[in-house]
Amino acid sequence: MQAETNDLQYADVNNDIVRSIVETGPRYYVALGIAGGVALLCFFFPWFYQLYFGIGAAGLNHPGVWGTYLASFIFWIGLSHSGTLLSCVLHLTNSSWRKAMYRSAEAMTLFSLMVAATFVMVHVGRPWFIHWALPYANQMEMWPNFRSPLLFDVMAIATYLTGSSIFIYMGSIPDFAAVRDRTTGWRNTMYTLLSLGWRGTDREWHRLHWAYTFLAVLIIPLAVSVHSIVSWDFAMSLVPALHQTIFAPYFVVGAIYSGTAGIVTVMFVLRRYMNFEQYITKVHFDNLGKLLLLLSLIWTYINMVELFTAWYSDTSTEHEALSYKLFGYYAWLYWEMIAFCAVAPLLCISGRFRTSMVPMLILSIAINIGMYTERFLIVGTSLSRQYLPDSWGVYVPSLVEMSIILGSFALFTTLFLIFVKIFPSVSIYEVKETMDTPTVTSNAEPIAPPEGSPA
Amino acid sequence: MSIFERFTEGWKKYRKPGYYREFDYHWAMTIDLDKCTGCEACVTACKAENNLPIVGEEEFAKGREVQWIRIERYWEGEYPNVKLGFIPMLCQHCDAAPCETLCPVSATYHNQDGLNTQIYNRCIGTRSCAVYCPFEVRYFNFNDHHWDSPLDQQLNPDVTVREKGVMEKCTFCIQRIRQAKDDAKDDGRRRVRDGEVQPACVQSCPSNALVFGDRKDPDSQVAKSMKDPRAYRVLEELNTDPSVVYLKKVDAKG
Repeated sequence: MQAETNDLQYADVNNDIVRSIVETGPRYYVALGIAGGVALLCFFFPWFYQLYFGIGAAGLNHPGVWGTYLASFIFWIGLSHSGTLLSCVLHLTNSSWRKAMYRSAEAMTLFSLMVAATFVMVHVGRPWFIHWALPYANQMEMWPNFRSPLLFDVMAIATYLTGSSIFIYMGSIPDFAAVRDRTTGWRNTMYTLLSLGWRGTDREWHRLHWAYTFLAVLIIPLAVSVHSIVSWDFAMSLVPALHQTIFAPYFVVGAIYSGTAGIVTVMFVLRRYMNFEQYITKVHFDNLGKLLLLLSLIWTYINMVELFTAWYSDTSTEHEALSYKLFGYYAWLYWEMIAFCAVAPLLCISGRFRTSMVPMLILSIAINIGMYTERFLIVGTSLSRQYLPDSWGVYVPSLVEMSIILGSFALFTTLFLIFVKIFPSVSIYEVKETMDTPTVTSNAEPIAPPEGSPA
Repeated sequence: MSIFERFTEGWKKYRKPGYYREFDYHWAMTIDLDKCTGCEACVTACKAENNLPIVGEEEFAKGREVQWIRIERYWEGEYPNVKLGFIPMLCQHCDAAPCETLCPVSATYHNQDGLNTQIYNRCIGTRSCAVYCPFEVRYFNFNDHHWDSPLDQQLNPDVTVREKGVMEKCTFCIQRIRQAKDDAKDDGRRRVRDGEVQPACVQSCPSNALVFGDRKDPDSQVAKSMKDPRAYRVLEELNTDPSVVYLKKVDAKG
């Protein structure tokens, strides 16, 4: 599709993408160094400080016992949602524009999930006993509590992490083989192991395609269930502003929304700094912009429904929670969220906006700031106004928490930077599927059939 | 017995409908708001009995105080026609407790005495129970607490000192209940008599506003006072089935 207009040949695709792995400029090391350093300084040091002195290092109190750690957890789970989910949906609907971007989107899923899982550890009071939440045989015959939404959560995230790891790995096998055939030394050994002896026979392609589609079908309901279950951590409580049936779809939509915005951000960076202009084109930004518009409308609708049902219930607790959310201590955050997530994305109505890179980047970042705020407000405002007025209170995050939030982005970036040097960050074989069968020309080197032939 | 047999035995036992409501004792408390003066003797007694930490000024300002029982004050009306009401708030030992369903590691559960218990050693500190509790009576140890000498000498040896990262809450002085049951057994009796066990707050209440006892025994003082027409339970509409019953304050003016 987009490749045709760029006069790309099969060999160019291989060369470009192998180059992105093998050739590493000083800019990459600087970026990796900064990201890793910030992750260490802003994420791990404060965390160790907190481990030593207790959760008191955070700004938590009674009743605000949940804070930014849980908000960050939901945020990262949410960000993980678009990658694999979007990739699966687009795979099943045969959308060819998916092919250039899905690998990085899936990687985003994987790393956001890892960061989210780390936030569980940061959140709990005694993370050194976190394994008690896993069902393993032990001498006490003590099992976790299977009625607990938190336990569902542990299971759901573990399943999703496993599922998306297998999905991204399986989709990369032919590419590992292609890189294997073009590298030497330790890289060759590594890719030989990773490609599991891929030769590119018809039978292998057939099996790969079958398994890939099977997993895609499996992962869609899984992804939807994961964020529904995350929402149940809140919705299954009796807290006035949390005890709502709409929370599951609200969280799922919110997750896909922030995840799609995250993909726009990541794609912008890949396009600009990895020289993937020929693969990640305006078509991608255009389509993702349309998707963002749709999601923002659904998200806004659910928000309106939430407010309406709270008002209509006409109970004092719901009214208090509602008015606190709209006009209370955290109100400015609420209106900021509305501005960033409900109003700003309406710009995507314009086709010119959708195809302009920098405005789309700014919008995508604004949406994710808004979505982080949303998660913070779900925790913050709801806990501040519960049933007994005597226990009303305000929670303000501490410096340690702020630093850990900042550090988590650096941690994510570090993981992603390591990823782009190991995985071919654009799918070699699927990009080729979108191109015409090549005619051997003078400037293209002869192509070995195995990694050259599309599925 | 093999593991499989043990499992099927256990399964049969637990498949009995309503097994979770068959308690040996059913400890309950009534709080007569007509008698409560808000003197906070119960709060102090509880602090002493259960090794509650004194968090200090700074932590208190942050809202991290630990009070297993607290006196909530509510004002009604505008000055000069102000009415002040007290309500002691402690763990309600709900028989359908939201905190119990949610704990991923079962650190909080309902025991055979109808008590909502908290196992400090099992707690991993997700703090979710504090969110799920509508009465806001669960307290978290944000830091390790220290008792400078000689204050450490006053710690109750029957109660653990909780470390950082665990949740804690009113236990109805489970250590005293356990002691009373042991004493009853030593005397050759099968059951604890009414009035033999009192939590620290009940014991210290100067106006006898708090009554504690076994609700299953129809002759116990608590069972009788629960039948009082003034009896009500806080946030009953949430269906958590609390074991603490409040007796409404009756105003002379109605």
